[in-house]
Amino acid sequence: MSAARVPLAEVPAENVDIAAVIGSRASVGVQFRGIQRHFGDVAALAGLDLEIHPGELVALLGPSGCGKTTALRILGGFDRPDAGHVTVGDRDVTKVPPNKRDMGMVFQAYSLFPNMNVRDNVAFGLRMRKQDKLRRSGLADELLKLVGLSETADRYPYQLSGGQQQRVAIARALAIEPTVLLLDEPLSALDAQVRHQLRAEIRSLQLRLGITTLFVTHDQSEALSIADRVGVMNGGRLEQLDTPENVYRQPATAFVAEFVGAMNRLPGRVGDGEQVQVLGQRLAAVNLNGRAPGSTVDVLLRPEAIAAVADSAGAGEVLERTFLGSSIRLLVKLDDGQSVLVETPSHSDAPTAGQRVGLRILSESAVLADADH
Amino acid sequence: MSAIAPPPLPSPPAEASPSRRPRRRRPRLWRVTIFVLAAIYFIGPQIAAFKFSLVLPSGKYGFGNYGQIVKNSALRDALFTSLEIAAITAVVVVALVLPTVVWVRLRAPKLTLLLEGITILPIVIPPVVLAAGLEELEGHSPQWLVSLVFNHALTGLTPFYVILALPFSYRAIDTGVRAIDLRTLVDASRNLGASWFSTLTRVIMPNVQTAVLGAAFLTIALCLGEVVISTILLYVTFPVEIIQLGQETGPGAQVAISVLSLLFVFSLLFALSFLAGRRRGATSVRLI
Repeated sequence: MSAARVPLAEVPAENVDIAAVIGSRASVGVQFRGIQRHFGDVAALAGLDLEIHPGELVALLGPSGCGKTTALRILGGFDRPDAGHVTVGDRDVTKVPPNKRDMGMVFQAYSLFPNMNVRDNVAFGLRMRKQDKLRRSGLADELLKLVGLSETADRYPYQLSGGQQQRVAIARALAIEPTVLLLDEPLSALDAQVRHQLRAEIRSLQLRLGITTLFVTHDQSEALSIADRVGVMNGGRLEQLDTPENVYRQPATAFVAEFVGAMNRLPGRVGDGEQVQVLGQRLAAVNLNGRAPGSTVDVLLRPEAIAAVADSAGAGEVLERTFLGSSIRLLVKLDDGQSVLVETPSHSDAPTAGQRVGLRILSESAVLADADH
Repeated sequence: MSAIAPPPLPSPPAEASPSRRPRRRRPRLWRVTIFVLAAIYFIGPQIAAFKFSLVLPSGKYGFGNYGQIVKNSALRDALFTSLEIAAITAVVVVALVLPTVVWVRLRAPKLTLLLEGITILPIVIPPVVLAAGLEELEGHSPQWLVSLVFNHALTGLTPFYVILALPFSYRAIDTGVRAIDLRTLVDASRNLGASWFSTLTRVIMPNVQTAVLGAAFLTIALCLGEVVISTILLYVTFPVEIIQLGQETGPGAQVAISVLSLLFVFSLLFALSFLAGRRRGATSVRLI
C-alpha cells in the first residue's frame, strides 16, 4: 500500500467518490511459496507456487478437491499451511489471523449477517475498525451506490435476491479497503443470466479499483472470461498459469487440455522432427517430453480445430448434428470405430446427419498425452 | 471428451395458481375440540386450586391467605435469592455453552458425541446422589472454602445449577447453532476484522437468539423449581420456603402459595419472552 494514499476512514463520507479513493491505492502482489497442506493422508496442496501481480485478477480453476479453495482459505487466513509461506507485498502473512489481514472476501454461500440490514452489513468492517456511526453509515451508502443497490440499504438480507446479496457482499468486502480481494465461487449459486451480468460487473469493478484479486471457480467459462491469468490446478499443484487464450489454445499438459473446453483424444504416432501423425496429418507436438519416434500417443485436439467436409469416399459418417446457435457440433464416427467431435460455424454448410465426411485438422500443433489403452 | 451441453429449456409459462388465493380461515371442528379439551385439562385444576385458596379457616371466602403470604418477609427474601441464583446461572450457562458449541462445531466436530454424552450426565445421575456428594464434599472441605462457597446459597448452589442446566441448555443452543451457516458467518465476520468475542456477541448470538433465550428460560425454570439439592444442603430458596410455609399454615394458604408461585414463574417467563420478541421484531425475527 502506498504511503501517500488517504485512508478511507479519513475521507469525508458525504459525496465521496468511493471508487476513486479505493482505486488511488497502489496495488500489492501476492506470493505463495512452496505451500503444502495435508488433510490426513490427502495432500490438498502439494507445494503450490503462485505469484499474483499487483492489480491482477488471477482465477484458480480446477475440479473438486484440486486444492483451489484451500489455497484461497490459506491466503484469507482461515487455514494454515503445513509448510511454505504466503506474502502480500513485502509482508509475510502466513501466521497472521484473518481479522488482521485486511483482505475482503466474497463467499460462495450467502454470507450476509441475517440480523443486520444491508447498510449495517456493509458497515460491519468499519464498525470493527472503530469508525463512528455517522461516518460508517455514509461510507456504506456510497459503497452501495457503487454496486447499484442504494435503494436496498434498509432491507434485510432475506428481502434481497441472490444476485443482490452477492453485490452487497462485494460492497461489504470493499468497505475495509482490502489489500487483496478474495472471491470464492461467488457466482455459483446464481442463475445463468444473473451470473453473466454479475461476472461482468465484478471484472469492471476490479479493473476500476485496481485491486489484486484471487478468484476461485470450477466454471471454466467464468475463469476464462474474467481473469487476467488463469491457473489450472490438479492434485494440489498448479498445472498451468497463463493467459486465458494460452490456457485454451496452448495447454501445457494433457490435464489442462482436457479440463478446459471440449477435447478429442485421438490415437497418433510420434514422428521425426518433434512431429506427431494423427488422422493422416502431421502436426507439431507441443509437449513431446522425450517420447521416442514411433511411440504411440494420444493427440488432443479441440472440436473447432477439425473440419468435416462432405465426401462420399470420406473416412467417417456424421452420427449426430447439434445446432448450438453460433456453431454446429457434429459427432463423426470413423470407420475404425473412433468418435470425433467437430465444431463448425453455424453460417457454413455443415454436413447433415448420416452423411459421409472426410476430416481435416486445421491446427498446426497439438498436445500429446500418454496413450489411453 | 467433454459432454455436449444440452440447449437451455424454455422456462414454463407463468400461470395463475389457485393455491395463491387468500384462503378463508375457518378453524376446523376437531382443532377447536382439541384446543378446548387441552385448555380444560391445564386451566381446570388451576381454577379449582384458586377457588380452594380463597377458603379461609373460618369457612368463608376471601383473600386472607394471599395477604398472609405477601406479608411474609422470609418468603420474599427466599424469592430474591432464587431470582439472583437463576439470573447468574442463566448467564453462566450461556457464556459457557455457546462458545463451547461453536468451538466444537468449527474446530473439533468429532467431539460432538462426547459433549452430548457429558451434558446428559446430570439427568442420568439423580439430584439426590449429586446432593449427597456435595454434602460429602462440604464435610471434607477446608473452612475457608466452606466460608467462601458453601455458606451462601448464591455461591453454594449456582455452580451446581449450572451443571443441572447443561442437558437442556446444551441441546437448545446446539439446535440453534446447527440451524445457521456457522462457518460462513464466522469466516465473514473474522475476515471483516472482528475478534472472536465480537464474532460471538455481534454475529452468532443475535442469529441464535431464540435458542439462547430458550436455554435461559429452561435454566431459570429449573432454578426456581429445584428443591432436592437446596433442601439437603439446607439452603433456603423459594421452593424450599414455599414447602416450609405450607407446613406451617393451613391448607388454603398452602394452595395459595402454589397458585402464586405458578403465576409468578409464568409471568416472569412470559415477560422475558415478550421482551425478547420485541427485540427480535426489530432484528432476527425477519429471518423467517
